[in-house]
Amino acid sequence: MGKRSKVIEKDEVVVRFSGDSGDGMQLTGTLFSYTSAIFGNDISTFPDYPSEIRAPQGTIGGVSGFQVHFGHSEVYTPGDYADVLVAMNPAALKANSKWMKPGGTIIIDVDSFDEKNLRKAGYKTDDPITEDKLGDFNIIKAPITALTKESLKDMGLDNKSILRSKNMFALGLVYWLFNRPLDNTKEYITKKFKKKPIVVEANLKVLEEGYNYGSIIQALTPSYQISPADIEKGFYRNINGNTATAWGFIAASEKSGLELFLGSYPITPATDIMQELSARKDLGVKVFQAEDEIAGITSTIGASFAGDLAITSTSGPGLALKGEAIGLAVIAELPIVIVDVQRGGPSTGLPTKTEQSDLMQALYGRNGESPVVVVAASTPTNCFDYAFYASKIAVEHMTPVILLTDGFLGNGTQPWKLPDMDEFPKIDVPMVDRNMKDWEPYLRDPEKLSRYWAIPGTPGFAHRIGGLEKDYKTGAVSHDPLNHQKMTDVRQAKVDKIADYIPELELIGEEDADLLIIGWGGTFGHLYTAYEEMTNEGYNVALLHFNYINPLPKNAFDILSKFDKKVVCELNMGQFVGYLRMKFEGMSFTQYNKVQGLPFTVNELKEHFKKLLEE
Amino acid sequence: MSGVCKLKFTDFKSDQGVRWCAGCGDHAILNSVQKAMAELEYCKDDVAVISGIGCSSRFPYYMDTYGFHTLHGRGAAVASGVKLANTDLHVWDITGDGDALAIGGNHFIHLIRRNIDINVILFNNKIYGLTKGQYSPTSKRGFISKTSPYGTIESPFRPGELCIGARGQFFARTVDKELKLSVEVFKESAKHKGTSIVEVLQNCVIFNDKVHAEITDKEYKEDRTIVLRHGEKMIFGKERNKGLMLDGMTLKAVTIGENGITEDDILVHDEKTDDISLHLKLADMEYPNYPVALGVIRNVESKAYDYCMEKQIREIKEKSSIKSLKDLLYSGDVWEVK
Repeated sequence: MGKRSKVIEKDEVVVRFSGDSGDGMQLTGTLFSYTSAIFGNDISTFPDYPSEIRAPQGTIGGVSGFQVHFGHSEVYTPGDYADVLVAMNPAALKANSKWMKPGGTIIIDVDSFDEKNLRKAGYKTDDPITEDKLGDFNIIKAPITALTKESLKDMGLDNKSILRSKNMFALGLVYWLFNRPLDNTKEYITKKFKKKPIVVEANLKVLEEGYNYGSIIQALTPSYQISPADIEKGFYRNINGNTATAWGFIAASEKSGLELFLGSYPITPATDIMQELSARKDLGVKVFQAEDEIAGITSTIGASFAGDLAITSTSGPGLALKGEAIGLAVIAELPIVIVDVQRGGPSTGLPTKTEQSDLMQALYGRNGESPVVVVAASTPTNCFDYAFYASKIAVEHMTPVILLTDGFLGNGTQPWKLPDMDEFPKIDVPMVDRNMKDWEPYLRDPEKLSRYWAIPGTPGFAHRIGGLEKDYKTGAVSHDPLNHQKMTDVRQAKVDKIADYIPELELIGEEDADLLIIGWGGTFGHLYTAYEEMTNEGYNVALLHFNYINPLPKNAFDILSKFDKKVVCELNMGQFVGYLRMKFEGMSFTQYNKVQGLPFTVNELKEHFKKLLEE
Repeated sequence: MSGVCKLKFTDFKSDQGVRWCAGCGDHAILNSVQKAMAELEYCKDDVAVISGIGCSSRFPYYMDTYGFHTLHGRGAAVASGVKLANTDLHVWDITGDGDALAIGGNHFIHLIRRNIDINVILFNNKIYGLTKGQYSPTSKRGFISKTSPYGTIESPFRPGELCIGARGQFFARTVDKELKLSVEVFKESAKHKGTSIVEVLQNCVIFNDKVHAEITDKEYKEDRTIVLRHGEKMIFGKERNKGLMLDGMTLKAVTIGENGITEDDILVHDEKTDDISLHLKLADMEYPNYPVALGVIRNVESKAYDYCMEKQIREIKEKSSIKSLKDLLYSGDVWEVK
């Protein structure tokens, strides 16, 4: 290969692959991410796809994107703006060009920029580059369709199969751009299509063509060099938040010795959790695809009653349907975990987009006084940890726990240093004991205030529970007014007590910072990057990020009261800040909110924080 | 494995005072279930009685077994989870016409379709009792109630038809006060592997008294009902001179000795045939055109979901190289940073 005309050394780069939802951009992005991760870069990825599987071809609504951010140092977000954009058609260019960094590289499949596709994408002229004012970008007009066709013309493939290989051309070209080896991708293709040798051959050929095309045009195009990151030693894999969540439950099942049951109904963007667990029959996981969201959770409650580690997974609309049943788990004091992979709402809302707008629903979306534990994961990989700890709390304290993740975490990926399971604690299951004296169904652990688990099949512990209010001692149905007060109090106290069993908050930054940035859940990567960049720029800011929402960590008040200027950032209209104001009456918070179905950008966060610091 | 116990039916009674109305048909059903469980040699601790909401759903409180009084309509779904968590349990789901066929209709049909080994007892009194007298999904068209003061304008479900339509493999019918028949039918339903539905014609003495009286009263019952038994002729009537026969595709109630009809013309009940057509006709029979069918109408051997689930897990566990979470973590695309 010849000498490169110009090599740009960079610490980090964001690449966005985009095309029609049938163009295979998700696969292309995933393969590129793997290669970069194995090369030794730290990465963060995020897919962005339409809710229609095949939205009208060529339209903006049908554009599917996959963004990958990789760097020489650690990266915490998929990146705000792209350095390199691959646009397989005019709609992809139209939808994404505004998310480009100035001077970046745009690769377009020039063959798809015909009259028809330009109009479908909403371009008025035949020159989208001028029309979108993209003159300052480095545009590579590659005849991807034509070259793919030419390359495969003698292989006896039908036209459809030939066109399906276009994405490999684009991938090959991007590999050239970043000096990346093709080996991992070749291996993947060979394995994936091993039953169809002709498809393997075609894809490999086109991949090479794409790479070679880069060498041919190199005189015109700069390429990038991103050195490997300094990463902790160990074994790694790429994982998205939904898979990490599923595996966290498997870990909890192993550490508790309980069989794992998932009762669930498919819903975007949570379905992957169910799919992953359905495939884990090899580890004995029982997955029950229920007829609806309600049966999803009620079968879960049944499995919990009978002694399984019982989980249900859903997204916002499903959580609404499960509300009544969560109340049953509250009053029956049975352990279950409800995962809500939040998406844009209300109603069907934005199924494939991310939001944090189910917090109030998780905390309060039920009839009666029905406190539950609410926990939120904050990175794709720590979904594993919080799924594990949500299960641990549920079982050890005999309570429903809601685990909040979101579409951004669920679908986003990160390299994950494989955990050493010896470092995870055992889960103590509060099963009744044959020697227990004076046992009653609502006899409580004096410390935790939780009742004991007596599962059907255990000799000598037959008892009845249900959704009617229970007598404090015997668990028999009781309509006594004072007993109801007492039971309401103890259910609340039991959840409050959990604060003694969860880790305290850790402040990132100094206690004398001029501004405390506050966040919870899936916004961590963006908030942390903003914090880090501002600190590097000489600002004195600190970050406090919450994973435990109910109960709050015990030192929350102490930390918060150290700061005058506080800003609570969340992807909703201010649900967490409202909760904090209620919990810490009189404490003042400002808020920064965004409800666009999109994550924060680091830029907008920094801009806002700087403005606050000037005030 | 669930054990074998020799208990008296009174051993299944809990210490809770039964709070159904005096004269309610539920008392008799409770006794029949307890008797059936004793005769089935159940151990109390292996039994989970699950219910939804409604008068009938108070049932678990009166059983000295494991019990769970759940949410309106959701008993079938909770029971599914219980059975799948521990397939050794005897899981009974107690429900009513409102609970199973209105708010819980979806769970009811899907439980049946999946064929999880659960015994469902559907108390059908054609009224909402606990909310004091509104029409139910089994109330006959034109029925007058508090929410239909001018008569209903909707057709009722027939539970048997719904069950068979949902691919049900076991359907039986009994009458609350017919203790002997009920015990027999409950035992059959328990032995069936898969979901079994037993409809009990139950009398709500307060809000729909005598709703089944025209067929179940002592003086009429032999002429207006037929007790079906596998392998026996479909003969009924005080004089045992009435029977059922097919005239082309149509089921007919006939009198033996009239119009040249002999006993040879009368059908023999085959509860085990997979073919639903005659079972459906039998389940749908209504007075006055037909006698109402009691006993086991359909009882077809089939694979239960819980059995298949365990079998699948066992087979896949054997084949897979992934035996623990650690194996899973290190499977596939893992790389080492040195």
